[in-house]
Amino acid sequence: MSATTETRAEKAANWFDDRLTIAPVVRRTLGKVFPDHWTFMMGEIALYSFIILILTGTYLSFFFDPSMTEVHYNGSYSPLRGIAMSRAYDSTLDTSFDVRGGLVMRQIHHWSALLFVAAMTVHMLRAFFTGAFRKPRELNWLLGVGLLTLGIVEGFAGYSLPDDLLSGTGLRIAHAIVLSIPVVGSWVAFALFGSDFPGTDIIPRLYIVHVLLIPGIILALIAVHVGLVVVQMHTQFPGPGRTERNVVGERLYPLYTAKAGGFFFLVFGVMALLGGLVQINPVWLYGPYNPAQVSTGAQPDWYMGFLEGAMRLFPPWEIRAFNHTVSSILWPTVVLPGILFTLLALYPFLEARMTGDRASHNLLQRPRDVPVRTSLGAMALAFYLVLLIAGGDDVIANKFDISINAMVWMGRIGLIVLPPLAYAATYRLCLGLERHDREVLEHGVETGIVKRLPSGEFIEVHQPLGLVDEHGHGVLEYAGSPVPKKMNRLTAAGRRAGGFLWPVRESAEVRELQERSETEQALAEGVDERELAGRPKDPEL
Amino acid sequence: MSHDSGTSQPRLPLDPEDLDRLPLEERARVASAVDGVHIVRRRDRFPIPGTKAERRAERAVAACLVLTFVGAVGFTVAYLVVPWRYNGQDQAYTWFTPLLGIAMALALLGIGFGAVLWAKLLMPEEETVQDRHGGRSPELERRTAAAVLVDGLAMTGIARRSLLQKTLGLSALALGVLAVIPFGGLIKKPRGLVQTAWRDGVRLMTSDRRLIRPGDLQAGGIATVFPAVPDGLTTQVMADSVVLLIRLRPGQTVRARPGQEDFGWQDYVAYSKICTHAGCPASLYEQQTGRLLCPCHQSQFDLLQDARPVFGPAPRPLPKLAITVDDEGYFVAKRDFPEPIGPSFWERR
Repeated sequence: MSATTETRAEKAANWFDDRLTIAPVVRRTLGKVFPDHWTFMMGEIALYSFIILILTGTYLSFFFDPSMTEVHYNGSYSPLRGIAMSRAYDSTLDTSFDVRGGLVMRQIHHWSALLFVAAMTVHMLRAFFTGAFRKPRELNWLLGVGLLTLGIVEGFAGYSLPDDLLSGTGLRIAHAIVLSIPVVGSWVAFALFGSDFPGTDIIPRLYIVHVLLIPGIILALIAVHVGLVVVQMHTQFPGPGRTERNVVGERLYPLYTAKAGGFFFLVFGVMALLGGLVQINPVWLYGPYNPAQVSTGAQPDWYMGFLEGAMRLFPPWEIRAFNHTVSSILWPTVVLPGILFTLLALYPFLEARMTGDRASHNLLQRPRDVPVRTSLGAMALAFYLVLLIAGGDDVIANKFDISINAMVWMGRIGLIVLPPLAYAATYRLCLGLERHDREVLEHGVETGIVKRLPSGEFIEVHQPLGLVDEHGHGVLEYAGSPVPKKMNRLTAAGRRAGGFLWPVRESAEVRELQERSETEQALAEGVDERELAGRPKDPEL
Repeated sequence: MSHDSGTSQPRLPLDPEDLDRLPLEERARVASAVDGVHIVRRRDRFPIPGTKAERRAERAVAACLVLTFVGAVGFTVAYLVVPWRYNGQDQAYTWFTPLLGIAMALALLGIGFGAVLWAKLLMPEEETVQDRHGGRSPELERRTAAAVLVDGLAMTGIARRSLLQKTLGLSALALGVLAVIPFGGLIKKPRGLVQTAWRDGVRLMTSDRRLIRPGDLQAGGIATVFPAVPDGLTTQVMADSVVLLIRLRPGQTVRARPGQEDFGWQDYVAYSKICTHAGCPASLYEQQTGRLLCPCHQSQFDLLQDARPVFGPAPRPLPKLAITVDDEGYFVAKRDFPEPIGPSFWERR
C-alpha cells in the first residue's frame, strides 16, 4: 500500500492485516451476497431468540439454585410464606419477587423459548415447502432437525427446573414415559432420577443439561448450520436474473448487516414487550410441586402439546403377557415421535429416491409447483395440528362447553380422517394455482375493461405480460416465479406518493430532476441483458 | 485480464496506484468483482441531495435512535424509582415489570427500526449478483485430494497389516466402552416400584396430619389421605402412597374385584390417587355419577365399578387399598396395595 494519506479506519485495518493477513478474507466476507425474501427471516428469528435466551438465561443463572433441599419460604410473596418447598422453587420465587427486575428477565426468557422453537418450526416448514432441503443442502436439513429436537428437549428441561406444581406434573409424566420403555424402562428411570420418583437428583441434573450440555451442542450446531449457509450460499427464489449459478441480493456490508442487525433488536424488543406485559408461567400461583395435587386445565409449553395430545388420544391398549407389561403410553410418546422425527430427517433422501432427482438445486420452488410434496407437507401438518389441538382439548371443552369425551373422539377420528383430506385438498389447490398461472401467461391480466367490438360482441380486454404470437397468446413461459395477476402489479396505479401522514411536496425542479433520473434508470435497466430463470426462451424473441 | 463470461466484469487494474485513482464507489465495485461479486444496480435513494423527502427520512431514523435513548433512560428511572416489591397490600408494584418491559422494548425497537429504516430509506438500493461456485470441486482438486488421502493411508500400511486392523478395531471398541462405563454410577437397581408406605395398621391422615375417623366425611365426601408415618408428607412418600378416601352416597354400591371384597369399610372405599396412565393425581370427583377424572389426560374412572377406567387412555383400574377401623376408631390400612400403583412398566405382571 502506497504511503498516501491514510484515514484512521484504514490505519486500524492495516494494524490488523499486518498481523493476521486477513484483508482478502474481510473483503470476501463483507461482499458476500444475501438474497432477500420475507420467508428467509424465520431462521433469523430463531437465531436471534437463541441469543436472547443465552443473555437472559445467564442472568437467571445468577439467582437460580437447582437444589432439592427443603426450605420454608420466607420471601416477599406473603401467600406462600412458611410453606415447605424445594430450594429450586424458592429461588425461582426469589427471582420473581425479591430480585429487582428478575421477573421481567424470567418472562422474556420464557417467551423467547416459545419463540425459539416456533421460529425453528416455521423455518423448517419454509425449507420444506420450497424445496430448500434438496441437494446440496441435505446436511443442513439434518442439522436443522437435530436443532429442533434439541430445542424441544432444552425447553422441556428449562420449564421443569422451577419445581412448581405444573413442572413437577410434567416430570411425573416424563417419568411415566421413561418407565414405559420395554425391558429397560425402570432401569433408565432410576438412572435418570437416581431413585424412585421424584428423588432429589433430577432437577440438578436437568439444570446442567439445560444450561451447559444442550445449549453447548445447540451453539455448535448453529455455528455449523449458519456456516454451511455461508459456504453453500443461500438459496433464492427464481426471478429475473436469478439462475442456479448465482445469488442475487444485497451484500453483507452494509445493507444486509444494517437490516439483519436491526431485525435482531426488533425481535428482542418484541420479546421485551411480551416479557413485560404478558404474564407467562406464574409459578407462584401453582405452588410447590406436590404429587398429590394437580391443577385443572394444566397445559405444557406449546411445543410439547402434540405429545400431550397423542397421549390423550391413544386408546388404552396395554399388552400384558408372559408376566410382563408393555405400557400403552409407549406408542404415543416414544414410538410416534420416533417415527415422526425419523421421517422428517430422512425426507430429503426419500424424495430424491422417489423423484430420481439427483441434481443440485439453488433455486427454490413455489409450493404449488411441487404438488405431491406440498400435499405431503399439508398432510403432516394436519396430523400435527390435530395432535396439538387434542393437547388442549380440556381447555377447549371447557371454554366452548363441549363434552370432553366428544373432544377426544373428534381428535381420534380427525387424526385419521383429516390428513388424507388435507392431502387431497392441497393437491387440487396446487393444480388450480398452477393452471391459473399458465392461463394468465397465455391470455394476460384481466384489466376490468369491457370493450364492445364492431360486431357487437363484448370482450374483456386482457393485458398481455409480454410479447404475443399471431393468435394473441403470450409467449412467456412459466419460470417458477410469481406471475403478476393484477394490473397494479404492472404499475398501472402509477408512482407511489412519498410521505407518511401527508404527501411530500418537492419543488418543481427537484421533481423534474427526480423523474429524469428515474427514466434514465429505467432505460439503463432495459438494455441490461438478463437471463431468465428456468428454461431460456427462444433467442429470436 | 478480461473475462468472456456473460456478466459485465470490469477490467481489474491490478496496480494499487491504478486503484487509488478510481473514485471510491468504483474502487469498491472493482474490489467486489475480484470475488465474483457484481454490483449490477446501485441507485441512490435521493439522487438530488437535500430534498425534503431525504431530510424527512433522515429525521425518521434520528427519531428512532432518540427513542432508544428515551427507552434506556426510562428503564433506568423505572428501575430506580418505581416501587417493585410485592407487599400484599397495595398494587403499586404491579407497574414495575410492565414499565421495565415497555422501556426496554422502546430502547430495543428504537435502534432496531433505526437500523432497518436507515438501510431502507437512506442507503443506496443495490442489486448485486454473486457467482456461485457450488457443486463438485474441479477434477484436479478431487484427484489431488484423493491422492493425499490414499497415500497417507498407504503410509500407515493398514491395508496389509491385518493384525493392526483388528487390534485397532479392538482398541476403538475398548475406548467406546471406557467412555460409557463411568456412567455405571448412574445405574440403580429399581426398588420401590411395587411398594408404598402402606402397611398393616398404618393410619390414614390428611395433609395437615389429622387422623381420620368414620364420621369425618359426609356421604359423597372425598378426602386425599396419606400414611400416618413420620415421613408421610414428603414428596417421595406422597408420590407413591397418596390415596383417595371416598364415602359413597346412600344407595351407591361398589362391585368389588374378585378377591378384594373386604377392601372397603362399610360405605368407605380407598383407591390410589395416582392415575394408572401417566401418574398424575386423578383428583376431579363427580359425586353424582361417582366418576373420577384425571385432569392431565382425561382418563375417567367409575368408582361404582371399583375404579374401572371407563373413558380415556388409562389402561387399568386404580389399585384399591384395603382399609378398616382400628380399636381407637381411626381408619387404618390392612396391608399395602395388592398391585403396583401408577403407570405401567415392563416388570409389572
